Amino acid sequence: MKGGVTMQGRRLRARLRGWGGVGAMALVCAVALAFALLLPLTQPRDGGPGTGGSGLARVTQARAEDGCPTPAMRDAPEKQSLSPSGADGKTIEAIKNRTGEKRKLIVGVDQNSYRWGYRDPNSGGTGDLEGFDIDLVHRIAKDILGDENDVQFKAIPTDQRIPAIQDGRVDMVVRTMTINCARMSEVAFSAPYFETGQQVLAPKSAPITGYDGSLAKKKICTATGSTANTKLTGDQEAGSLASSADLKTTVPNQLDCLVRLQLGEVDAVVTDGALAASQAAQDPTVELKGDPFTVEYYGVAMKKDADDLVRRVNQILVDYRQDKADGWQASYDRWLSATLGKDSSTSEPPAPQYLRKS
Amino acid sequence: MTHPAKSSAAPPPAPGVPTIPAVPPQPTPPGQPDQYTRPGPQGGPGLPPPPASPQASPQARRTAFAEGADRLRAAATTEPGRLRIIGALLALLVVAFGAVTAWQTADRSAAADDVLNNSQPLSSAAADIYRSLADANTTASSGFLAGGQETAASRERYEKDIDNAAEGLVEAAANSDPGSPAAATVADLNRLLPEYKGLVERARTYNRQGFPVGGAYLRYANEKMQKEMLPKAEDLYTKENQRLRADYADATPYPWAAIGLGVLALAGLAWAQHRNYRRTNRVLNHGLVAASATATVVLLWLVVGHSVARADLNASYDDGVRSLNVLHDARIASLKARGNENLTLVARGAETKKVGTESVDAYDYDFKTNMATLGKGLAEAEKLADDTTGEQPVTQAVGNMAEWKKRHGAARADDENGNYADALARVIGAKGATGECFDSVDANLAEAIDHETTEFEQSAGDGLSAMTGLSAGAAVLAVLGAAGAVLGIGRRLSEYR
Repeated sequence: MKGGVTMQGRRLRARLRGWGGVGAMALVCAVALAFALLLPLTQPRDGGPGTGGSGLARVTQARAEDGCPTPAMRDAPEKQSLSPSGADGKTIEAIKNRTGEKRKLIVGVDQNSYRWGYRDPNSGGTGDLEGFDIDLVHRIAKDILGDENDVQFKAIPTDQRIPAIQDGRVDMVVRTMTINCARMSEVAFSAPYFETGQQVLAPKSAPITGYDGSLAKKKICTATGSTANTKLTGDQEAGSLASSADLKTTVPNQLDCLVRLQLGEVDAVVTDGALAASQAAQDPTVELKGDPFTVEYYGVAMKKDADDLVRRVNQILVDYRQDKADGWQASYDRWLSATLGKDSSTSEPPAPQYLRKS
Repeated sequence: MTHPAKSSAAPPPAPGVPTIPAVPPQPTPPGQPDQYTRPGPQGGPGLPPPPASPQASPQARRTAFAEGADRLRAAATTEPGRLRIIGALLALLVVAFGAVTAWQTADRSAAADDVLNNSQPLSSAAADIYRSLADANTTASSGFLAGGQETAASRERYEKDIDNAAEGLVEAAANSDPGSPAAATVADLNRLLPEYKGLVERARTYNRQGFPVGGAYLRYANEKMQKEMLPKAEDLYTKENQRLRADYADATPYPWAAIGLGVLALAGLAWAQHRNYRRTNRVLNHGLVAASATATVVLLWLVVGHSVARADLNASYDDGVRSLNVLHDARIASLKARGNENLTLVARGAETKKVGTESVDAYDYDFKTNMATLGKGLAEAEKLADDTTGEQPVTQAVGNMAEWKKRHGAARADDENGNYADALARVIGAKGATGECFDSVDANLAEAIDHETTEFEQSAGDGLSAMTGLSAGAAVLAVLGAAGAVLGIGRRLSEYR
């Protein structure tokens, strides 16, 4: 019995010794692989735009984060709205059923975007808001409630736009809000009413040439919760924006970035071209650098289940764009031609498509 | 000066003393030969008499201490020696009493002087800096953020606030010890004030051009004030208040060491006189009586003067400082409430806060909290006010506050209904706006603060003057007393010559 056990033990050991070489090789391979995988992490992350490995990572991450159910939605989120209709539904009924003083459309707007939604300090102390977005709000109020002044404006910071809608603090948000896939899972958008793209704003004297390598080691300001902020953070993780660019400065409103720029606390601002032009209009020493590096559309945001209101706003937008006397074009000429140029063709979105069915 | 050795009326016989001694008594210490001791040839003036016993004959190589101890022991064996020791001890006791009294009362009087002329004015100045900064910010940013161009009156008020704050900072800097935390805070505020002012100036310039970036500058200035400057100013106020309390704590405790020494000195003097009486049957020794009298005067002066000062200082704290603290806090609460009321309109419902399940306007919520603090503060101030002059402005402020709450409710209702322009008029308008109520509350609190400051200054000034001259007087009287003790003993001693 005892001899048998020894024999078996010896055989086992021999067998193990045979596997030992293979095991050692496997171990070496694993270590080498680990080193190869960890090596990029130990290198200083200063890689220029588009190194292969991180680009791959970006695609997977983008897919995980943007929450787009279909590639079509990611490619053209602005086409994902409901077809226009003038019919009243439960949301519009609820607004119309407000009584007395409260019978008003509650709209979230900006009060700091020059020529979009702002208060002219010299208007005489009434606190009236005005601008391109505000014109549209008055038009919507007139159509739904009959009087263009039946509006209660609520000024909301950039990162409060979606919570304000979800909590029911506002009926809609008309505040230079970009239609994108991630936001679509939280709110419903109308058809686009304006076309723009992200642009870089910097002092004329700065060596910055646009959204490129010249932003390396620069401090860039964005608004918290803005498209620009999401885009820049994503690009930096993906490696297409220099990792030395400092994105730490975020502010409640894009206009606060101009303050930081003027005080020398940041070197550049990234925001929508339409808003960047508004900032440049307030300070002759800064300018837009390079071309827009994205294409985006502004839409009116509403509660996710407010189908009747979305259709109604889309109908209003159709009428608004057709109305040459006091519609989209007139508002553009009044507010934006001074900062964006007389030609509105680059700002007017293409004919809307209504691909959302429910 | 000198008395007869025996009073003309026969004194009551003292125990242990021979009745009616015809000559100066010759006390006989036990175990000593009855002898007159005179300064011997070896004993120079001031030296103890030579040892009377042969055992004390000089030995070779003694330490000075041992020799001194021996001499002392030897001296204690003879009456003149004992008298010398007693005289020295009594003089020492009286001088120590005077010195400790002078030292302890000088300390307390310096602390009381600090309370009156240094720490309380600084604490008030710090409260004023805080108030000026907060008021400047409320005036500059909110009114104009909510309603366009600022008025001439609000501009003037802003400038005055900034001037006040700058002056207060200069004063605080001059009165803070270099390198102390308070000095660092003052330096920070001195650095931030021009920064803040620069931001407001830029905001004004852009505002005149009609650019909304002016509003963005004001938001930035407001943030700097709320997040950096006001916390520092509050910190300074807290520190100055701590200093005030520390000065009170230094000024009020009883000087137990001095009192103890005084009692000891008096007991010593009494014992010496009693001993004198026992030995000589003489009742009064002029020197010792004078010493007792001065020591008694110093002790009485010390106890009474300090008790009065202490009572006055405590009254200045209870009637003045406590009221002032409550009033300052109430004033700051009303300022904060006003700021939040304005910001409610500036933000137009942008910031909300969850209270339970309900979502409420964050600034309006803070306003209500500040108003509750103000209400509590005013109630407390009313309770603390000890006369009608002090109570009246507080009562009026309570009335202003009630009206403010009422008007605020109306303004909120307008805003909730979307009548923004009406709400604005109800808050920053010219007539019937909540701004009027805030101004009245502020003015009434300022009046109450003035009154309480006067009360404080009176009580603390009385307290300080109750201690006036105590240290110097104690020192002089103690020297006189010690001289009296020495002379009195010397008188007895001279009888042995």
